[in-house]
Amino acid sequence: MTAVGAADAPPQGVGASLRRKEDARFLRGRGRYVGDITQAGMLEVAFLRSPVAHARLLGVTKPEGAEDRVFTAGDLLGVGAIRAASNLAGFRVSEQPVLARGKLRHVGEAIAACVAPTRAEAEDLAAACTLDYEELPVVTDMLAARAPDAALIHEHWPDNAFLETRREEDLSDLDGIAAAKVTRRLRTARHCMAPLEGRGVLAEWDPRLEQLIVTSSAQMPHVIRTGLAEILGLDEAQVRVIAPDVGGGFGYKGILLPEEVVSAHLAMRLDRPVRWIEDRLEQLTANANCREHHYVVTAWADREGRLLGVEVDATVDAGAYSSYPFSACLEAAQIGSIFPGPYTLPRFRCRTVSACTNKPPILPYRGVARTGVCYAMETTLDALARQLGIGTDAIRLANLVPPEAMPYRNLVGKVFDSGDYPEALRRAIACFDLDRLRARQAAGEYVGFGLGIFCEQGAHGTSVYHGWGIPMVPGYEQALARFTPDGGLELRTGVHSHGQGLETTLAQVAHEVLGVPTARIRVVHGDTALTPYSTGTWGSRAMVMAGGAVAEACRLLGERALAIGAVLLQAGPEAVELAGGAVRRRDGSAAVALEEIARTWYRRPQHLARDVDTGGLEVTAGYRPDPDTGTHSYACHAVIARIDRDTGAVALEDYVVVEDGGKLVNPMIVDGQVLGGLAQGIGTALYEEMPFDAAGQPLAGTLADYLLPGATEVPDVRLDHMETPSPWTRFGQKGIGESGAIGPPAAIVNAINDALHRFGAELTDLPASPARVLAALEAGRRR
Amino acid sequence: MKPAPFGYARPGDWPEALSLLRDGARPLAGGQSLGPMLNLRLAQPATVIDLRHLPGFAGVAVQDGYCRIGAGTSHAEIEDGAIPGRLGAILAGVARRIAYRAVRNRGTIGGSLAHADPAADWVAVLPCFDGAAIALGASGERRIPLADFVLGLMETALRPDEVLRAIELPVLPPEARWGHWKFCRKPGEFSKATACVLAVPGEPPRAVLAALDMPPLVIADAGALLAAPEAEAARIVAGLALRDPWRAALVRTALHRAALAAWEMEE
Repeated sequence: MTAVGAADAPPQGVGASLRRKEDARFLRGRGRYVGDITQAGMLEVAFLRSPVAHARLLGVTKPEGAEDRVFTAGDLLGVGAIRAASNLAGFRVSEQPVLARGKLRHVGEAIAACVAPTRAEAEDLAAACTLDYEELPVVTDMLAARAPDAALIHEHWPDNAFLETRREEDLSDLDGIAAAKVTRRLRTARHCMAPLEGRGVLAEWDPRLEQLIVTSSAQMPHVIRTGLAEILGLDEAQVRVIAPDVGGGFGYKGILLPEEVVSAHLAMRLDRPVRWIEDRLEQLTANANCREHHYVVTAWADREGRLLGVEVDATVDAGAYSSYPFSACLEAAQIGSIFPGPYTLPRFRCRTVSACTNKPPILPYRGVARTGVCYAMETTLDALARQLGIGTDAIRLANLVPPEAMPYRNLVGKVFDSGDYPEALRRAIACFDLDRLRARQAAGEYVGFGLGIFCEQGAHGTSVYHGWGIPMVPGYEQALARFTPDGGLELRTGVHSHGQGLETTLAQVAHEVLGVPTARIRVVHGDTALTPYSTGTWGSRAMVMAGGAVAEACRLLGERALAIGAVLLQAGPEAVELAGGAVRRRDGSAAVALEEIARTWYRRPQHLARDVDTGGLEVTAGYRPDPDTGTHSYACHAVIARIDRDTGAVALEDYVVVEDGGKLVNPMIVDGQVLGGLAQGIGTALYEEMPFDAAGQPLAGTLADYLLPGATEVPDVRLDHMETPSPWTRFGQKGIGESGAIGPPAAIVNAINDALHRFGAELTDLPASPARVLAALEAGRRR
Repeated sequence: MKPAPFGYARPGDWPEALSLLRDGARPLAGGQSLGPMLNLRLAQPATVIDLRHLPGFAGVAVQDGYCRIGAGTSHAEIEDGAIPGRLGAILAGVARRIAYRAVRNRGTIGGSLAHADPAADWVAVLPCFDGAAIALGASGERRIPLADFVLGLMETALRPDEVLRAIELPVLPPEARWGHWKFCRKPGEFSKATACVLAVPGEPPRAVLAALDMPPLVIADAGALLAAPEAEAARIVAGLALRDPWRAALVRTALHRAALAAWEMEE
């Protein structure tokens, strides 16, 4: 059903670039975050954290007189460890104690919780504790972690690996057939997610409800609720998680943190509200780690550049523990299944290791493994093209899945729903004057052109996740839609909006179905007591899943309203329709507004028919696309990079993204998503790196040392959209939330290597820092 | 990241400030370096003396061919033209490249110099001028040549009972040439290499190389550098025997480009 408003009213439904409803409060500084919320009698928590990467913890001495304000593992009775298991064969599950017990496994691991009326006083208590520990040999490198003499981080394990996976295929004949073969060793740096707002939690016990109320900076509040209930030994109904405004998630805020569990326990135990607000030092050095991969990739191709096979040995530095709910194998499992990328790869061998090291657990970050995989595949393809002497466009066009093959099932069983991948590549390239670029290169300029193309599986559901057996498998997404007695529309959804603009886009979906003006639609989210269960906002799923569920709930609600409206119009059900926010006689002779229908149901029930649907004007509906293997948005990134040969600094001269997210519910919001992700991808490509010294000490403790791209580092990007609907989703929309963060390292390093290879140099490790670029040039000079 | 407990003193006049200093308190100007150090508990002074309300702490006066810049003058004031003439134009160009405007609004020239972080902008630039740091102690003011002020990493020629009162720089003729170049990957990052070159007609040109892990290197006669920027920069930097080849390349580039900029009469 299409909304028909006044002829000249600006469109508000699916496809409209509506301004974001939520910005009215954000732009006025009226958002409300955990850090804005206080309670009478509240205590603040500061954590005493491990100063060393690997040690036997022998004891903690509490400050004299403060024994009842400092809590160690031994004080936490009845609190379990965090366990994020997977049933992938051979997975070794770690026990992550919420406060260190017996051993210290990474710098920053929480050892004791100190409570005081202010955070400063709590930090004073932490500073006054003394630690007794015996240092152990440290494992900081994921490759060295597998050495036979490496110290064991979990001592009952035979070696430092959470999981090894193998997809075997004999590729030994390819050497004899292929026109070209390249092997590359590649690394992505460990880095840190850096949402503007860090994590934070305020926990209190409500004695009337006998309920633990946890206000948390969370993007998956229902999953946090489940995890908390399990670990604290509470009925799930005794836990309510509220996620108020959240200043960016990116995956970090889907994780159940030890600090949350401890704060919740202390609130119950002390019968006082307890709050922990993460600071930037904690975030950088103890918590928000992500992205660290190592690859050895070998690829074979024929003379035209058609891939004959790819062999991958991938290692993921998963850190010390398997985090809840995604586990320590999320990245490696993805590598095995997404490495073939958007290509028609015929043969593939892939081995992965999720290595355990004395670093904080690796957590899923926007793009998850895709950013590293895209980097590895795309830079290898360029190396292959250079060896064959063909263009980097030609090698891609020789291998991209053609549009006529859609939907396409690749050799590892991924099903691409729709799209024209080669067209995205051609459109991106057409944005550049490459002849001019080649002339500049010939004149000796250090400039280069790079491409990165990929597809992004989003909104993948039960059939993809159930096999992993991780603590969370997405199923049907539910949404509640109801008319309020004054005719407003309220939507309740278990996904959370923390930058995605769902308060606007879900209202657009409802408007599309019911014709209610978006100004009269409120989206309620971020509270387990008010919303249907959902795994939350992750995996580029909210617009497909919650969008589909809202549409379905609104459709059913519309049917109920139509039936009531027909009675009020004294017409048969077939003589009326729902349009423009009213039930109308099809002959145009009369109409009754939805406000009037709502008023009738709630306040003048005497006008209802005897056989009215007693469910009334409130519907909860579930939705899942069929098939639920996910949508595949895709994009081609293309960039010209210029290198300062004296300093190694890289400047991005021109950046183009051609993107296909299917039907765009709000194109302006999608642009924002792509640009925001792109800034993060530029960080991965050029800036972000958390170095560790040999003792496992993280070396970037502030944002003066940990470089994030800012306004001056992100170029003006040219964005172009294609719009190939997904055949499987409600409006043809595809998940696109992570896309921007995936392509930049591949495209940028390919551009750098296009500039460098004429000087015998090639870059393999991220980020492409000036020091690395200069070292590559120097190595090229020596060659 | 909250500071350890500390006392806060707000002296009303300079003698009171000096007497507090004798008790081991730590002076605070704009707080853009000390603030984070307090929060990270890297600095845990018993008392912080807030200098910001002292008479004459900020402000610029020109007299007898010298420009006296109160230590509390903010980077933003200098950026916005508080210092007149050619000298002011040069210093405004330096100030506008310090971190972000929010930092420049609070950070002060004297606070930055006295903090003596080798990567800081004023630490790198001021020794290029034939001027002095004015230290105030119990017995009055003492002039310390700027080239001798920073002694090492966060170490200055100030005595424990002295506070930096002002900076005195010579007024420059309009034809003074100036080149300044520093390497930061983004605004706000600490410089990895800074160089500046000043050529005043009738005097030997001077140059400074800074943001090294040592005090700024002052080249009192940089005539050879201006004559052959690339070769001389390479020669000077080779003499420093820097271990990290990337830093060596940056430092060489900084000196080379600062010299070129001086030729181009950069503001």
